[in-house]
Amino acid sequence: MATTTPVGTLYRGGEGMWTWVLHRITGVGVFFFLFVHVLDTALVRVSPEAYDIVIATYKTPIVALLEVGLVGAVLFHALNGLRVIAVDFWSKGPRFQRQMTWGIAAVWLVVMVPGAYYMLMHSIEAMFGSTP
Amino acid sequence: MSAPSIETPRSLSRRNAQRSNFELYSWLFMRVSGIVLVFLVLGHLFIMNFLDGGVQRINFAFVAGRWASPFWQVWDLTMLWLAMLHGTNGMRTIINDYAERDQTRFWLKMVLYVSSAFIILLGTLVIFTFDPNLG
Repeated sequence: MATTTPVGTLYRGGEGMWTWVLHRITGVGVFFFLFVHVLDTALVRVSPEAYDIVIATYKTPIVALLEVGLVGAVLFHALNGLRVIAVDFWSKGPRFQRQMTWGIAAVWLVVMVPGAYYMLMHSIEAMFGSTP
Repeated sequence: MSAPSIETPRSLSRRNAQRSNFELYSWLFMRVSGIVLVFLVLGHLFIMNFLDGGVQRINFAFVAGRWASPFWQVWDLTMLWLAMLHGTNGMRTIINDYAERDQTRFWLKMVLYVSSAFIILLGTLVIFTFDPNLG
């Protein structure tokens, strides 16, 4: 626990504050993507060609990297949201909130390391791989 | 080290102001919709980004194949509505926290509500009126 003089701010630092900050940032980011994503999907009502052209940008290496970021943001938001619910509704939630924070960090890493590799595999092959 | 003095959170002049349980229901909605969205959104991301070559296999025909099934239509419709309402309510909280002027707060929320309503209606229309034989 950070021991700072409690003057000028209510936020004392520590894991709880940073998960709160990250929860807001990832929430806003995912929300803006959701707007874009409904708009791009709406192109299926325009024409198959229009939809396929826009979806092709999702398959480029740079956007693939952004997709890894999106999945990472959603996964953090989901895990931390479950932690918040546990703190609110589970009688022992507040006592174990810090352990749960490190728990979700571990789960996030275990999913994201192979996940990122798998999502970028096609881009890596397209850029560096040799096709027989 | 003395504790900082914290002012009473509700000023006396507003004590008789009308109260409603809206914020309680909004708080509860975030948790209930959040639990449902964990399954819907993580399932969606897993199918779209990891299964069978991920995003590389997505095109018009792929969408047509999925929305031929009522199961995925209901999945996507539920996900659309819950995610948009969850996200809009989150943005409302953030605007209330950071926009200090009454006018700024009011107009930011108006822009938020109008654009959210547009996206929800557009998405709903697309799912219900999708035509696999288009083009």
